[in-house]
Amino acid sequence: MLLDVHGAPVYCYTGGKVFDARLPAIVLLHGAQNDHSVWTPQGRTLAEHGYAVLAPDLPGHGLSGGAALTSVEAMAGWVLALLATAGVERAMLVGHSMGALVALEAAHRAPQRVAGLALLGATYPMSVSAALLATALEDERAAIELVAAWSHRDYLPGPSAAGPGVSAMNVSRRLMQRIGERAPPGLLHTDFMACDVYANGAAAAARLDCPVLFVQGRHDQMTPPRGAQGLTGAVRQARVASVDTGHAMMMEAPGEVGGLLLEFAATVLNTAAQ
Amino acid sequence: MSGPRTPGFDTLALHAGSAPDRASGAGAGHPLASSAHPANALLEERIAALEGGVAGIAAASGQAAMHLGLATLVGAGEHIVASRALGGGAHHLLAHALRRFGVDTTFVDPRDPAAWRAAIRPSTRLLFGEALGEGGLDVLDIPAIAQLAHEHDLPLMVDASLATPSLQRPFDLGADLLFHSASAFLCGHGSAAGGVLVDGGTFDWQAAHARSGRFATLCEPAPGCNGMVYSEESTVGAFALHARGEGLRDFGAALDPHAAHAILHGVETLGLRMERHVATTRRVVDFLLSHPLVASVAYPELASHPDHQLAQRILPRGCGAGVSVELTGGDAAGRRFVAGLRVFSRLADGGRARSLVVHPASSTHWRAPAGQLAAGGVGEGTLHLSIGLEEADDLIDDLKRGLKLAGKGA
Repeated sequence: MLLDVHGAPVYCYTGGKVFDARLPAIVLLHGAQNDHSVWTPQGRTLAEHGYAVLAPDLPGHGLSGGAALTSVEAMAGWVLALLATAGVERAMLVGHSMGALVALEAAHRAPQRVAGLALLGATYPMSVSAALLATALEDERAAIELVAAWSHRDYLPGPSAAGPGVSAMNVSRRLMQRIGERAPPGLLHTDFMACDVYANGAAAAARLDCPVLFVQGRHDQMTPPRGAQGLTGAVRQARVASVDTGHAMMMEAPGEVGGLLLEFAATVLNTAAQ
Repeated sequence: MSGPRTPGFDTLALHAGSAPDRASGAGAGHPLASSAHPANALLEERIAALEGGVAGIAAASGQAAMHLGLATLVGAGEHIVASRALGGGAHHLLAHALRRFGVDTTFVDPRDPAAWRAAIRPSTRLLFGEALGEGGLDVLDIPAIAQLAHEHDLPLMVDASLATPSLQRPFDLGADLLFHSASAFLCGHGSAAGGVLVDGGTFDWQAAHARSGRFATLCEPAPGCNGMVYSEESTVGAFALHARGEGLRDFGAALDPHAAHAILHGVETLGLRMERHVATTRRVVDFLLSHPLVASVAYPELASHPDHQLAQRILPRGCGAGVSVELTGGDAAGRRFVAGLRVFSRLADGGRARSLVVHPASSTHWRAPAGQLAAGGVGEGTLHLSIGLEEADDLIDDLKRGLKLAGKGA
């Protein structure tokens, strides 16, 4: 589905169903140098269960136009504008990695619009090492190799969690390469900088009034679970779920992550009876 | 008091160890035996990993993998540009069988970039060639042809059977799609037939579609799948998703999972075998060059080979196990030579543990017109050798036997 936000085209994946803003809505926000396709299995599951799924490509990513936004705050404001454009008054926000910070900040800015937050691979501060930032700037392809390797649970891949015959690590690598090819140079660095400098996480978490589900990959090297304590400790209504994955948890445990989101959605969107 | 009921014998025989996944409702995530058997999935994922691709799809043969790759991209009224240096099966599929379905192919001299460029039409959907040709006759300039393809918003597909990822990774060189006859080196022992199609995940179907309207099957709603758009489901794996979801199911050339098991055994030693194949081939080539009855030897590592410099650049680990030999006595000497061999088998299925010899003009290429054979470097007297894993000295002794007999009639 193509929408228009601030005069630029925005692509939203809707889980294989026609988007219907009258249904309880779930927004899925991807991480750095990614796009909506990281959410395909969960998006399908949620849409099949009667939710209106909105998985946008952030500005400057994938099929969405516009320049990449340079701060988590700007991305959060953009998400709220997207909700207004799509006719969604209240939604459950789900974010992965950088997208988790965006979801958190959006919930902080417009608590009345957010029924619940699911933060996957969320740490705060989400520091990116100076070495990785420098590599992202100087040699994006090399940085992508590092991120692809660090984003997966195992040195050697297990059997086809992402689907028969699929090499999950190569999907991560090629996706980041493709997003880079479509964007002006420097996107990975821009995204990483936005994560690195975001400073409102603790304050936003402390003031949240909605239920929050944290999903952590036990083997996550990009956003290790220990880095989430500042958030999990600050949130009043927190539930922490742990999955046996690395950072790319939607691909490494698609069914389990989808199940957690489905269960959480039933609670926060009051759709348990559906 | 009644305890919990435990499953009976026949239920355990069917389900123990692979209980259906309650979240997805599918058995162990592999819903259809025809399109996603776990043994096939393991082979597919392993080859995808070795090639650096996003997904593999196992097929019943290399030819089936090739057809699946082509049929995913082309339909009636559309067009392929292919190297004219192809094996007999590939050539016949493109030149004759696909024409009946309205798919036209232009064959070009693979060493002539201008010919590739000139053959591209608005209806062209892909460029295709063999990464390493039979008998060591041709090396495809993958970087150059891929660049040319991409300039025209087209993908390059290559047959990677005879180089294997152990010697060359076509995606690293710019190719977008590849397939293997897994019956060749991947299996390596002649114990199973199969093929694997691999999606490199490198080609941007959506960008090409936006500019030219091509690849609508990947980038527009699929009527048979509730309007699903493959390129939206998977930004980098749309081709593989379509090839599996439609091609493998509809055309049905799925791989027998037992064959997948045999091929996987072969893949475990692929790296070791290819090193040995190459080392032995180099010794055989040296011997042949030194023999007075040998008029010429074609192997891309030789300075005399037209693709020598290219091969040094894109096949530095070795140029495979295929060698072409021309004897001074022509066709008759070639036939006597083959008759004198005791270790080499007279078989066309190259890339096996056993050494093989074929006379292409009377076997693999008998359907091709003579002029086309000559253009591809195959003469009436040309012999193709596929060097196996026997002792190099035994192979050289055997070749001496054959050459002795070949010389007797002169």
